[in-house]
Amino acid sequence: MRNDRALWTLFILPHEALRTEAGSGPAEEGEQMSSIPLPPEELDTFPKLLAHHAKVRPHRPAMREKDYGIWQTWTWKQVQEEVRRFTAGLAAMGLRRRDKVAIIGDNRPRLYWALTATQALGGIPVPLYQDAVAEELAAILQHAEVRFAVVEDQEQVDKLLEIRERCPTLEQIIYDDPRGLRNYQQPFLHDYDRVQEEGRAYETRHPGFYEEEVAKGRAEDISIILYTSGTTGRSKGAILAAGPSIRALRDTVVFDGLTERDQVLAYLPPAWVGDHYLNYGQSMVAGFCMACPESAATVEEDLREIGPTFYFAPPRIFESLLTRVMIRMEDAGRLKRKLFHHFIGHARRYGERILNGEKVPLGPRLYYRLGELLVYGPLKNVLGFSNIRVAYTAGEAIGPDLFSFYRSLGLNLKQLYGQTEAFLYVTAQPDGEIYAETVGPVMPNVEVRIDQNGEILFKSPGQFLGYYKDEENSAEVLTEDGFVRTGDAGYFDEATGHLKIIDRARDVGQLADGSLFAPKYVENKLKFFPFIKEAVVFGHQRPFATAFINIDMDAVGNWAERHSIQYGSYQELAALPKLYEVIGENIEQVNRDLSRDPKLAGCQVRRFLILHKELDADDGELTRTRKVRRRIIQERYGNLIDALYDGSKRVHASVEVTFEDGRKGRLDGDLAIAEVRHFVAEQALAQEAAE
Amino acid sequence: MNALAAAERSLATSPGSTAENNKERAFGETLLEVKNISLSFGGVKALSDISFDIRKGEVRAIIGPNGAGKTSMLNVINGFYHPQEGTITYKGQVRRKMRPHNAAKQGIARTFQNVALFKGMSTLDNIMTGRLLKMRGNLLLQALYWGPNLREEMRHREFCEHIIDFLEIQAIRKTPVGRLPYGLQKRVELARALAMEPDLLLLDEPMAGMNVEEKEDMCRFILDVNEEFGTTIALIEHDMGVVMDISDRIVVLDYGRKLADGPPDEVRNNEEVIRAYLGAGD
Repeated sequence: MRNDRALWTLFILPHEALRTEAGSGPAEEGEQMSSIPLPPEELDTFPKLLAHHAKVRPHRPAMREKDYGIWQTWTWKQVQEEVRRFTAGLAAMGLRRRDKVAIIGDNRPRLYWALTATQALGGIPVPLYQDAVAEELAAILQHAEVRFAVVEDQEQVDKLLEIRERCPTLEQIIYDDPRGLRNYQQPFLHDYDRVQEEGRAYETRHPGFYEEEVAKGRAEDISIILYTSGTTGRSKGAILAAGPSIRALRDTVVFDGLTERDQVLAYLPPAWVGDHYLNYGQSMVAGFCMACPESAATVEEDLREIGPTFYFAPPRIFESLLTRVMIRMEDAGRLKRKLFHHFIGHARRYGERILNGEKVPLGPRLYYRLGELLVYGPLKNVLGFSNIRVAYTAGEAIGPDLFSFYRSLGLNLKQLYGQTEAFLYVTAQPDGEIYAETVGPVMPNVEVRIDQNGEILFKSPGQFLGYYKDEENSAEVLTEDGFVRTGDAGYFDEATGHLKIIDRARDVGQLADGSLFAPKYVENKLKFFPFIKEAVVFGHQRPFATAFINIDMDAVGNWAERHSIQYGSYQELAALPKLYEVIGENIEQVNRDLSRDPKLAGCQVRRFLILHKELDADDGELTRTRKVRRRIIQERYGNLIDALYDGSKRVHASVEVTFEDGRKGRLDGDLAIAEVRHFVAEQALAQEAAE
Repeated sequence: MNALAAAERSLATSPGSTAENNKERAFGETLLEVKNISLSFGGVKALSDISFDIRKGEVRAIIGPNGAGKTSMLNVINGFYHPQEGTITYKGQVRRKMRPHNAAKQGIARTFQNVALFKGMSTLDNIMTGRLLKMRGNLLLQALYWGPNLREEMRHREFCEHIIDFLEIQAIRKTPVGRLPYGLQKRVELARALAMEPDLLLLDEPMAGMNVEEKEDMCRFILDVNEEFGTTIALIEHDMGVVMDISDRIVVLDYGRKLADGPPDEVRNNEEVIRAYLGAGD
């Protein structure tokens, strides 16, 4: 709906439309900086902020959700009412200050309200990943001593019922969607609506109760415990306090000039710091509207309909979008395909320079505008990117090609570096200072220090207080002078002053000959190729580096179809000799790249194999945010790693897999191992000269 | 907000309310009874002397090996075939010879073994066709799409949206059905049948050709439909495991004859049934 309007303005007022879409110019930004109407500073908890918005902008939209095919909207005033009623309901059920409330489910307005309601009562919300299996939930519920749980639907209720025995502190369960729960008779199960009704009754008995409770909130109150997904084993619960969190949020709201007119689509897991900060937190400070998708499967369509102005996605989402666009363009008619490639070519040459406000001759500038009309505009519209003013990516390194592709279309895509422990920003790229390989300068009010072994340390306004009930880990991460160890290795780029991340400090190792081994750095380079979805590189204390490759089913499947190669399953597809050739070429290219950097030349991958199964969080191989768990993979696939080093050509793999319903099975297969060319530094240079 | 409240109200009044009295799973009242049905095509006897009943609110399964006469039985109930002998009592009245659309008007909806959807139409449009019998306006007024007809259409659309939400097919709302995988097409067919707000829902092999995961989904939906909407369901199914799990009572047919009739446990241990499924021992 909104995007159509954006498209029209493009026809009528191309100049204006371009300017607003391509991010704000410097003059405009300066203006916004001074005039952003932030809430008063003494509002130091989220419920206080909500009350503020309900008073200042009662009729502005605060939340949307697509339900029954229509976008339903709640204004700030209505949200306040909903939260108030649920808060009273929780109080009626006996929730006390500092009680923990687990919140489990997709991005649903009511779950966000439950979060605010818990905070209003002085309770501590503990959001959990909705796709976590029962075991994982049990571990956290026990550790956090959760008393109440507010969950989305039957799926989550079933999981909780399964583990209830082991979680003695868990007393009450409230569910949002009653479907399928009609015959559940347990007395501790409550319908969300009923809780709100109870709340209404409670309020008539205790008038003014809500305001009193909210007024009791203090800046130093714990506002949330966020369990990190944990790249190594057990998750840790980062404790965040209300006041500092809001102080950090105010800084970034100013940094990107966010106002009540902005809009976001909350589609990332609510238990993840990114969603809590960028969507929940920032909307609470800036007063903008947060939209919830209809279901996980409709996110793309919802994105198109909402047309957010602020957008965050990890690199893999940008990557899969691009892959999909390219695959669909291959199926388009010849004229369209030609037009597309022609204008994308033009954008690659000039688009980024225009976005950065550099000098570009009039001719290409006008031609770019024609491209906007014919290709870039419609493409952005299809992706739901038409109204985006600020877009961020983080979490992993993003491929330079991928990054500049989106930027060349006029999308103001930037990188940030942050952590749950920092809540959230450590560094971020300001408009106009964008480099693919850095994560930007240090944010205002944040201090960063690099210690002698290359690890990055920071001190930030929103920084966490420590891990819940985990002195040991807290002491390990927090320094005496109040800095936090990130566990990442990096350095400041001399030319730009921006921070550059190399790898997890813990993962940086040494090859047998003592040269530097940075697996993540190599894996990221490998993952920039469309066929490679995931890569795991080995080499610590070994003579050379080797790799496991996980293929991207979509891209490779499409390639196989185009080459009339038949396959019956993922396993067959992954074993194709022809695929090994293609992947081998990709790795060779990475090797050539690496050989140019004398520090990292030793990391070249000499042997590799393509795994017969996708690495999966259910098997513990990835974290819930899809980061590789190196140690577990080493345990599970020990014999494959040995085979990579003992010179064998084939190896038998047999590995236990967990299906979505929790059953277990075994996956067997013979995997081929292939060799790749590697280069010594001079060789690469010589070959380049010859070419 | 208002729309949501309205939607919730309509959910409370229309399908949900019937399910309230269903909690105890007491299936006292007989919804449909077939008595001594015989059906033959020329010399081939498809059904001989079949009698059983379907009670309100239950999930009733009809099983049997290939060619046992399951689909013929369903077609008889549906009014598509007319048995030479026997009577059918539906909602307390002995039924005369009738056509399938009369059955539809009386609240019998069905799905087909081979999906029978309008392939070129979207999921939503397909489901809307299930509402046709409930639409009041005439062609001219509908073409104008104004006033009372607009409101009527909105009401029907809202109902369909509830079903879409219920069966979790929001993501394919606007996708032409022909482009969908088989498992999803089956779900759309179920959605269309549900749009008729049937009293009796006939499912012809709802799980044929599905993988395990799709089957599990379908089972859950069938149970949910039965539980939430209080719809009586008669289903034909091949997969014994599935049938045993979700049905309240089972009729077993073989070569057009009734072998057994009863709750799953009873049927499972019935020797004749075992013989029919595993082959005769003698």
